[in-house]
Amino acid sequence: MSFFSPSRWLGMFLKECRQLARDRVTLAMIVVIPLAQLVIFGFAINTDPRLMPTLVVAGENSDLTRAFLASLENTGYFQIIGDASDPLAAETALATGEAQFVVNIPSDFSRRLIRGENPVILLEADATDPLAVTAALAAAEAIPGRLARRELQGTLAHLAPEVEPFRLVSHRRYNPEGITKFNIVPGMMGVILTLTMVLMTGLAITRERERGNLEMLLALPLRPLEILAGKIVPYVAIGLVQTTLVLLGARFVFAIPMLGRLTAIYGVFLVFIAANLTVGITLSSLARSQLQAMQMAVFYFLPNIVLSGFFFPFRGMPSWARFLGNLLPLTYFNRLIRGVILKGNDWPLLWPSLWPLLVFTLVMFTAALVFSRKTLD
Amino acid sequence: MKQDVPAIEVKNLSKKFSGRLAVRDLSLRVNRGEILGFLGPNGSGKTTAFRMLCGLLTPDSGEGYCLGYDIRRENAWIKRHIGYMTQRFSLWEDLTVRENLAFVAQIHRLKDRRRRVREIMAEYGLAEVAGELASHLSGGWKQRLALAAALVHQPELLLLDEPTAGVDPAARRDFWDNLHHLAHAGLAILVSTHYMDEAERCHKLVCLAAGRVLEQGTAREIVARQNLHAYQVGGKDLALLARSLAGKPGVAEAIVFGNCLTVVGSQREELVATLASLPPEYPVSPAETGLEEAFIYLMGQREKER
Ligand SMILES: Nc1ncnc2c1ncn2[C@@H]1O[C@H](COP(=O)(O)OP(=O)(O)OP(=O)(O)O)[C@@H](O)[C@H]1O
Ligand SMILES: [Mg+2]
Repeated sequence: MSFFSPSRWLGMFLKECRQLARDRVTLAMIVVIPLAQLVIFGFAINTDPRLMPTLVVAGENSDLTRAFLASLENTGYFQIIGDASDPLAAETALATGEAQFVVNIPSDFSRRLIRGENPVILLEADATDPLAVTAALAAAEAIPGRLARRELQGTLAHLAPEVEPFRLVSHRRYNPEGITKFNIVPGMMGVILTLTMVLMTGLAITRERERGNLEMLLALPLRPLEILAGKIVPYVAIGLVQTTLVLLGARFVFAIPMLGRLTAIYGVFLVFIAANLTVGITLSSLARSQLQAMQMAVFYFLPNIVLSGFFFPFRGMPSWARFLGNLLPLTYFNRLIRGVILKGNDWPLLWPSLWPLLVFTLVMFTAALVFSRKTLD
Repeated sequence: MKQDVPAIEVKNLSKKFSGRLAVRDLSLRVNRGEILGFLGPNGSGKTTAFRMLCGLLTPDSGEGYCLGYDIRRENAWIKRHIGYMTQRFSLWEDLTVRENLAFVAQIHRLKDRRRRVREIMAEYGLAEVAGELASHLSGGWKQRLALAAALVHQPELLLLDEPTAGVDPAARRDFWDNLHHLAHAGLAILVSTHYMDEAERCHKLVCLAAGRVLEQGTAREIVARQNLHAYQVGGKDLALLARSLAGKPGVAEAIVFGNCLTVVGSQREELVATLASLPPEYPVSPAETGLEEAFIYLMGQREKER
């Protein structure tokens, strides 16, 4: 009997499509998950929040420092919620999230300013969410120059030269890298696809098993390749629909530039979708129940998020973590998608990250075939 | 297709599940045109045996051929020529009747699939529910659909695992008439059942208990081999009488049927003596031993051996 029959595969494919078309919940998930994620990232997580709570550790209270704090508030990003009694209290407020920023004004600020010693105001930011503080810090950093020109007049005018008389140093705490939304949104696309593709195909075979259909499926003259391919292909189409939704969202909600060619963008997505589908189908062959498949999918999902450079900058990870990250499709996808969308890379530049994805897909598909059950044993 | 070989010929098939034998040393021979019944209590290994025959389970030991194909190595070929109706409904509940049949037909790569699906739906009275989701069908209709699906591709061997569980008597009769019709056309049929009237309609029977074949042969042969003697007792309060007779010398079973009590035993003298000691308001008369008595006796013996 032949290894693969297109006609039997077609039968399997049509059956899957019919079942999918009747599965309202899954269909809803396909549309709702990416849109919900995008909406959450687009609106709920405001990438440009204002009036963020700010504590002041004032070592000095002079006209100049008051003017500085007023300018800070005038940017619209900062809302001074009070004076911290000592640096330790400020530290705690920052750690608990009570304050997003702490302004440290040294006690001899004015004196050193007049001496021309270039004193430093330290602006500490809780940068766990870098999106929140980036714009605020940029606005704050422009203050010293502007303030100097306005305040230091008359006898002090000589202190307002081209160089700024005092400096504002900002410390991004907790997340020194400060990933921007350009970084996050393309990464988000990969995360959404990983989640939905692995989960949906992860259930594909265990569902048949749990509903008792596997016995019929195995009693029919179907080859494993036909079953697996028949199950995977409908999800490729679904993945492309999701891709389109996510791309539209990225373009119009986030105004992410799309520098690369559309064919290259879709090509990258297609390979990544295939990689995830083969993972899902392998998990599905291994799992005994839908619950188990779900647990496995989550187990697969977590390292992908953590080690792929989505949350933590890939270059900042220790070498063992980078090694593990290099085994995960999302890592390559992150590089590819940032390359193609933000830098406009084309095939030759994409290839170095594309072939590992292709190899991964091939290996996983082979694994799925090997693990696929030909009997009920 | 190998026409001249028996439909099933297997020797000493055994299957273990986590150390426990579910089927041991099963040897069978089924000819074309024959209906073989599998009789056995719950858990006796009927389903396991069926699954081994169609390649869904690999036997731990033993070998054999289905339709001339090796059950270990050639099960891909076997699957093309058998129809298997599973014990639990295993077609797709979220597909319609027609879609289920069309799927099976397509997997078998039938020529002229639409016509064949229409044909089989007409044959099994499914045309009127063709567009219904399988999940909306009642139990009996599901069985009908499952049988139709097992027959779409005109198999040479039909495996039916408790096909009539929960089906009404008239539908059961039609079902069995149809089985005989199919067998007459040359199909070999293996059917498991818990109904004695169905067992009696099989050409041959296999009695299983705890995975082992206890008896094999026609219903008549199996009954005769038990060498049982049966008597009918009339009168009142038969249920109480049945209790008091149980365990008395010579009495193997005492079963109440409506208003008479059937007492069965293998030692004729002892049984007669026991019955003679009954008070006169219980009239005793000789009776025929049926398959049910023989089967239950057989299972009872097996319990004692353990
Ligand atoms: N997949 C399995 N894993 C473990 N044990 C199994 C499996 N399938 C069957 N068994 C065991 O094998 C034995 C035979 O089961 P089987 O289903 O063949 O019985 P059966 O005769 O079909 O029973 P029933 O009349 O209830 O359908 C039982 O003890 C059962 O628990
Ligand atoms: Mg069974």
